[in-house]
Amino acid sequence: MSSVVEHPGAGSVERYVAEFEAAADRRPAGPAWLETRRRDAMERFAALGLPTTRDEEYRFTNVGPITATEFARAADASVDRAAIVQHLYGDAVAAEIVFVNGRFSASLSTVGTPAAGVVAGRLADHIQTADAASLAAVAGPDAAFTALNTALFDDGALVCVPKNLVLEKPINIVFVTTGAAQPTVSYPRVLLVAGEHSQAQVIETHIGLGGGVHFSCAVTEVVAAASSRLEHYRLQFERPDGYHYCRLQLQAARSATFLSHAFSLGGAIVRNDLGAVLGGEGIDCTLNGLYLADGDTLVDNHTTIDHAQPHCASHEVYKGILGGRARGVFNGKIIVRQDAQKTDAKQTNKAMLLSGNAQINTKPQLEILADDVKCTHGATVGQLDSDAMFYLQARGIARADARALLLRAFAGDIVNRVGFEPLRERLDGWLLAQIPKDAV
Amino acid sequence: MLEIRDLKAGAEGRDILKGVTLSVKRGEVHAIMGPNGSGKSTLARVLAGHPAYEVTAGAVEFNGKDLLDLDPEERACEGVFMAFQYPVEIPGVNNSYFLKAALNAQKKYRGEPELDAMDFLELVKDRLQVLHIDDELMRRPVNEGFSGGEKKRNEIFQMLVLQPSLAILDETDSGLDIDALKTVAEGVNAMRSPDRAIVVVTHYQRLLEYIVPDFVHVLSEGRIVKSGGKELALELEAKGYGWLEADAAPAGARG
Repeated sequence: MSSVVEHPGAGSVERYVAEFEAAADRRPAGPAWLETRRRDAMERFAALGLPTTRDEEYRFTNVGPITATEFARAADASVDRAAIVQHLYGDAVAAEIVFVNGRFSASLSTVGTPAAGVVAGRLADHIQTADAASLAAVAGPDAAFTALNTALFDDGALVCVPKNLVLEKPINIVFVTTGAAQPTVSYPRVLLVAGEHSQAQVIETHIGLGGGVHFSCAVTEVVAAASSRLEHYRLQFERPDGYHYCRLQLQAARSATFLSHAFSLGGAIVRNDLGAVLGGEGIDCTLNGLYLADGDTLVDNHTTIDHAQPHCASHEVYKGILGGRARGVFNGKIIVRQDAQKTDAKQTNKAMLLSGNAQINTKPQLEILADDVKCTHGATVGQLDSDAMFYLQARGIARADARALLLRAFAGDIVNRVGFEPLRERLDGWLLAQIPKDAV
Repeated sequence: MLEIRDLKAGAEGRDILKGVTLSVKRGEVHAIMGPNGSGKSTLARVLAGHPAYEVTAGAVEFNGKDLLDLDPEERACEGVFMAFQYPVEIPGVNNSYFLKAALNAQKKYRGEPELDAMDFLELVKDRLQVLHIDDELMRRPVNEGFSGGEKKRNEIFQMLVLQPSLAILDETDSGLDIDALKTVAEGVNAMRSPDRAIVVVTHYQRLLEYIVPDFVHVLSEGRIVKSGGKELALELEAKGYGWLEADAAPAGARG
């Protein structure tokens, strides 16, 4: 335990442990296994300590500002529908589940019964049911922030799609945080369970409104049963001085299809951990990502695809646009286990640096233990093509518009993969608004 | 329309144009010929506002405005068009979308109403036919995967849509077979009018059989060393550039 004592974040580890103990009797009533799981998670967190740049997984990502800050739980707040309406889809979705500062908002949510047998609502309402026991089924990786969420989350969203059901419209989950004078924290939690041969789309949006420091420490668990097809959109709009951690953990079974579209569009420090365990034959896993960062911000995507069984395919494309003094990190780990013959894994990371001070650390990490596999990876780092800029300008298109046109083309590769049309259309506008400004 | 006076320009510290003077009036077609490295393409790019080139001396007036003071997009909006020697591939940007954006940017600059998608399609339809361009090319990303000939025809097609008052064709004939050359020339000739001027930059006389110039200028080592009528092009074809370069040296010494 001496390592914990020496840890620069040790002070805050103690704070979190103390908070956990103090909150024991305030936690929402849940089954005994959940309380056990929370305790285990807190112990793991205390043992691991908060990450520092001495940890290999955080070599380029200094979460010191998060470690050094004393956060209070975000207080109850109400939010006008107008403030988040651009993230609501009304009739185009089957249900909207909205949380404000970690608490379910009945007034902003539209939770009916999307289809017979579908559960879409608050985790707290369903925590006692058998399906929610899947909460314990996803093997949580040994990561401090993930453990912290498990120990401390209050509530979250639960979506369970029963066997053979095809849900035509997506389910929209929104986590909003509001500004506060003191630094605040919230622990969003999502559990998605797709039954055998079911199909569903889920949008998960995180929005930081107002000013002030906020830390969203989020975990989403996905259980994709055999032959299910699940498409997950994750949109992250943290406020400029906000911190965001997110763990998306997938456990997929035989012949499942999973698609992840991850958009990181704001925040001072953003760390996304995505883990996909392909635990059956014939799984198809697609990971698309787009991240934008400007100013002094940092956005880090760590993805791990674990090919544990034969005949699975994974396709991963992440793209980033970095301006100002922004820093990007991409670490794409692909594990191909000894049994996972005929694995077909393809990984691409492309980053565009818009200023001389922006930087990206990109690293593919392949651990291949099987011999009959196809694994390819490629990383490119480039700048705005000056020849293309001149070509567009020489036809009369103003510099700023030419720049936006080229950046949208670069990002369009990822945006165009979004199947849910209302979201795809809005994304184009959001990107234009978020694209790092011209340095000139 | 275009008055170039003693223009000196270079790139990366190297002098390329060493004092070019040229006057182009409305309705005229000028050909600028010269050996490789004489500065022909540099002249075209400097006029279009390419950022890689630095103008060190001289002046360029276009319709009474100081052209060198304008950004590349402003020059385009004022009516200057350069057909690129090497058209740029722009992945992810649809050819049709790009051209409509360009046309509307120019219309907006001139205070004219912008075109909607329907009007735009109507406008481009005939012009695609003139250049034997397949509709499908419009839906592809700008120049991406186009053959050399397709790229050059796409340049002339853009010119026909944008209707510039001054068109500068930078080695538009290079890499074209004879049929494509005729098609391109047809497109350029369709643009000829008393209101417009065309400057054809070329190494070979071949293109000038189809786009017959009013004036021919020979550029050598960054200066215009000889000007004449269309017959000068034929003379160059027969005798090469060597005799002019020999003449140019004493002229340079005198200057």
